[in-house]
Amino acid sequence: MIELKDSGVYRSALPMKRNGKVGNALFKIAAFIAAALIPLVVIMVFVVLFIEAYPAIKTFGVWHFITSKSWDAVDNHFGAFTPLFGSIYVTLWAFIFAAPISIGVAIYITELAPHWLKPIVTTAIELLAAIPTVIYGMWGLFVLAPVMQNHVEPWILDHLATLPIIGFLFNGPGIGIDTLTTAVILSIMITPFMSSLIKDAFSLVPEVVKESAYGLGATRWEVIRKVVMPYVSSGIFGAGIFAIGRALGETMAVSFVNGNNHNPGSLLDMLSLLNSVTTITVTLADEFTEAMTHLYLSALFYLALILLTISFSTLAIAKLIVWRLERRWKT
Amino acid sequence: MENVRIKARVIKSNIIMILSTLAALYGILFLGWILVSIIYHGYEYLNLDFFTQDPAPPGMPGGGLRMAFIGQFLITTIAAFIGTPIGIMAGIFLAEYGRGTWWAIFIRNLADIVISMPAIVIGAAVYVILVAPLHSFNGLSGSVALSILSLPYITIATDEMLKLVPKEMREAAYALGAYKHYVIKKVTMRAAKTGILTGVILGLARMAGEAAPLLFTSFNNDHTTFNLLKPMATLTITIFIYATGPYHEWHEQAWAAGFVLTLGVLAAVIIAKYLVHGGSFTAPFMYVARRMTKINKG
Repeated sequence: MIELKDSGVYRSALPMKRNGKVGNALFKIAAFIAAALIPLVVIMVFVVLFIEAYPAIKTFGVWHFITSKSWDAVDNHFGAFTPLFGSIYVTLWAFIFAAPISIGVAIYITELAPHWLKPIVTTAIELLAAIPTVIYGMWGLFVLAPVMQNHVEPWILDHLATLPIIGFLFNGPGIGIDTLTTAVILSIMITPFMSSLIKDAFSLVPEVVKESAYGLGATRWEVIRKVVMPYVSSGIFGAGIFAIGRALGETMAVSFVNGNNHNPGSLLDMLSLLNSVTTITVTLADEFTEAMTHLYLSALFYLALILLTISFSTLAIAKLIVWRLERRWKT
Repeated sequence: MENVRIKARVIKSNIIMILSTLAALYGILFLGWILVSIIYHGYEYLNLDFFTQDPAPPGMPGGGLRMAFIGQFLITTIAAFIGTPIGIMAGIFLAEYGRGTWWAIFIRNLADIVISMPAIVIGAAVYVILVAPLHSFNGLSGSVALSILSLPYITIATDEMLKLVPKEMREAAYALGAYKHYVIKKVTMRAAKTGILTGVILGLARMAGEAAPLLFTSFNNDHTTFNLLKPMATLTITIFIYATGPYHEWHEQAWAAGFVLTLGVLAAVIIAKYLVHGGSFTAPFMYVARRMTKINKG
């Protein structure tokens, strides 16, 4: 006679018995601790940065720090205006370059590409999104910057710098290491990212809704503009916000071609695409390990805290806006 | 008159469709351009010494990046061992235990935001906690920084994959009298296995390519070391330092290191894609964006 102990039924039931209620509770506690680590890490990062930045906050204040242009390690006076402006300005241009391209790529993949080509284009775009950012930076320095310096920027200086109103955007040395090259690199980096998110949003629109619009005689563009886009507007908004968040926080793709220039001159010079400025991330990457004085290091932590606050609040506000809008639509 | 208006609409539509096609070509052009330059510049400098030797003195030909390969492997592996279990457990908590509760919703929303946290800021915070007290850059702090970076990524992927498992499967197991943790381990996790594995591979690929958090933590080292409490070189940081350095030999080695790194990351992405149909690098971000769209709120 076979003992019950040896039978398969018993063995498969065994672990259940052995792990009983204690195992159940332990597993739940472990899962809870793991999940609680996420808010703990966030709080830790904020607190740590605040403590380290405190000497600089006390010395320079908030308003004075973000409006002061001087960044002088010898005089021990630090102001965040230039890197803060640079971060936002570079991100803005990268977004302007990337947004129409990303929507175009998403339209091509969802509406135009022949069936056999779709997976190929999708994969290509995803691979582009997966390339490490340090590679983008190196490629920008060795390949793109010389092209910009020798071909693109001389042309801009000849033809666009003389334009009446927007000419100030194109005044500068044009040596390839400047806002324009940085923005182009960043836009190449965020385009695949943004287009896969928009493509995903587009694909959530039911075919029937689109077909009914075609049935009314709408053209392809009208279907996209008046049916698809409104249907997933919050998804497109989210894709844009994510792309901005990534561009703001990016260090490596930017640091090679940005120039880290703390003295870009007047505001008009800073606005020029052919001038180099600096960003918060580049300042941190270049100066963190070289900061000699305590106050210098503290000012760098202050910069990091500002960057974190901007990135965090941008995403939080975006989520809040979408949440609000949706509640309004639902009722 | 009516005809002209229709024609204008069709022409407008066609122009935009042509522009969209050009946009797709533009994207592929850059992928091709970047890949070709990496292969062209990187491949010619690859040789056995590159993998087995420490660097030659600056400016001298020869030598390799053994220290960076070993460091990259150690730091990434340890980060994976820290980040993966925590990320998966956190995902399990969100999908299985906390479903519908306010704290799970809070943590999920926080993860959505933290996934875009600037990497360099994480590096700066870890510097304060793990580098400054030890008075030395060290490899372990690099692993911690990278694992923090991958944590929300893996959590979101796990959470979403577990949500896809049908409720009936869990109920069937409960009906047999199984404990909850047993149902999770033997039923839901098994059903979601490949999806979660994809999320983990992609999370690890993402963090392996990230250099910014390592800049203030593991930093760099010219010599091979296995000591996690010493500065440790990685491929990404080596590329950063060599490419901006003054020597031609350094530039060549930076290209070669870039070639190996890109190949590794792209291989991981392709494997992940092969594992799960449609498993893509941007997937966790997609889930977050989808959560923001009204249709998926359901």
